[in-house]
Amino acid sequence: MSSESKMSKAVYRFACLGGIYSNYLALESALKEIENRGVDAIYCQGDLGAFGPHPDRVFPLLQKYQVQCMQGNYDHSVGWSLDDCQCGYTDPRDNHFAKISFDYTLQKTSETNRIWMRSLPTEFRFTINKKRFLLCHGSPRKVNEFLWESTTSSAFLEFLLEDYEADVIVATHTGIHWERRLSNEKCFLNVGVLGRPENDGQACVWYTLLEVDSSGSLKIEFVPVEYDHDRLAREMAEEGLPEEFIETILTGWWTTCLEVLPGKERRRGKY
Amino acid sequence: MGKKTSTQAPSVALSHLDQLWFQVGGTLCNITCHHCFISCSPTNRNFGFLSLEQVRQRLEESVSHGVKEYYFTGGEPFLNREMVAILEETLNYGPATVLTNGTILKEPWLKSLRKAEQKSLYSLEFRVSIDGFSPETNDPIRGKNTFRKAIQGVTKLVKHGFLPIITAARTWPIQDEEEILQAFISTLKEHGYTRPRLKILPTLQIGAEAKRTNGYLQDERVTEEMMQDFDTSQLLCEHSRIITDRGVQVCPILIEEEGSQLGQTLNESKKHFSIRHGACFTCYQYGAICSNPSGQAHRE
Ligand code: SF4
Ligand code: SF4
Ligand SMILES: [Fe+2]
Repeated sequence: MSSESKMSKAVYRFACLGGIYSNYLALESALKEIENRGVDAIYCQGDLGAFGPHPDRVFPLLQKYQVQCMQGNYDHSVGWSLDDCQCGYTDPRDNHFAKISFDYTLQKTSETNRIWMRSLPTEFRFTINKKRFLLCHGSPRKVNEFLWESTTSSAFLEFLLEDYEADVIVATHTGIHWERRLSNEKCFLNVGVLGRPENDGQACVWYTLLEVDSSGSLKIEFVPVEYDHDRLAREMAEEGLPEEFIETILTGWWTTCLEVLPGKERRRGKY
Repeated sequence: MGKKTSTQAPSVALSHLDQLWFQVGGTLCNITCHHCFISCSPTNRNFGFLSLEQVRQRLEESVSHGVKEYYFTGGEPFLNREMVAILEETLNYGPATVLTNGTILKEPWLKSLRKAEQKSLYSLEFRVSIDGFSPETNDPIRGKNTFRKAIQGVTKLVKHGFLPIITAARTWPIQDEEEILQAFISTLKEHGYTRPRLKILPTLQIGAEAKRTNGYLQDERVTEEMMQDFDTSQLLCEHSRIITDRGVQVCPILIEEEGSQLGQTLNESKKHFSIRHGACFTCYQYGAICSNPSGQAHRE
């Protein structure tokens, strides 16, 4: 499917994945489940590397399941061998950890995969049963913009939908899924990430299934994914990745990059 | 007009009204910090409070502009008797952040505000500014007992379920940072704030303070050349405006400067602004230090 196509179908179902962060085990579990459910397309909204072990293990899975990928801020940075991940942290501790995972990921990603990442599109647009979808990484206007549920007004989302001529905007990047229904059956949603848990004390990670029926009405299902997180933690330890990251994988609580969390989201976590 | 400079001051366009600020406390403050950029004090009534009604009208007006977040400043916002109601109303529209010195917070207010935040989709953030992590470093700048009172304010906020963001300017050498931060975090923990959020504002160059009191030097201006490859989104005037009791002005830093008033309505105020002031030079060097970390993203 091209990135501008229009389709009509009685029921169109697709899956959106975000933020793999090298968690190839969660990715594999999610893709298997998606295959069983039956979908018309699978999209990955970027940030393939970071955080986890063995970044190159993600790419064959994306190919095998014919996942259509876009470029996140991380992929842009790794693809072009930049100096950092462009997550925009200002806290020195956050930057310290961000640098460890960025250096590791850059070093362990093959040149072939880096070249491929450079070629990825930065958004997907398509229309299904008259509903105009815009899939992006952070926000349609800025790849690394954080749109958190508690710091994004509905008025702003209405503006984005209007300005970018869409009925549904689908994003990832922040690491926590949410949705907001807006006027005229428009909608914004964040699909969550497969790379790390959501700072809620659970080890599962999330992706999202979307379904559009013939009348254009949209169903959204946020899907938790269980996977062998003990194994991921073991492999992270073997690769010498920070204890703090491993703790997050095992406990479901974020231990780093907390500065960018707004009050409400931060309060739900432990640290 | 003064001496002509060789280059014209660059002008900054408003890309989108992401933040709407309110000079809700006017220029009135219960304390008198030496460095206050708009010289607020218990007697400065140059700018007045905004009423709940005025704020409500502006909130309504802001919806069609797609404003993302609301910020409240002063003076000390909590000198405004309608402050609690103003924040409660704002939480119906979007996220709210209030910049306070933390010294006059009352528990019943915080109780109401916590309830309002729980009912809302949005976060209510408190930003408590201090100038040092001890009475010895803070009080000479902000006044006697202000450290103790601000910490008491933080304790109250935490007791009512808030996680205030404590902002401080870096007044110590960078090599001491770790030690100083650890000491401060221990102080906060002793006062019940177990997972403190700190925001250290960038270092001002040695002597910058002194220069400012004597007025900026002629060459301390932003030039067109300097704007090449500069990420303009670092400047507040690129994505926000501020409501004062006089109308809509360009940014919280310049409200007292001539030409900073852009109009009476938000529509009138969306024009370019020429960043010709000395303070713009500081902004250029240090970025939008006024925004919350959750709203930051730098451009490629
Ligand atoms: S507390 Fe803030 S507004 Fe009041 S004098 Fe100090 S810097 Fe100025
Ligand atoms: S002080 Fe800063 S935010 Fe205000 S107009 Fe000048 S550059 Fe813009
Ligand atoms: Fe990202």
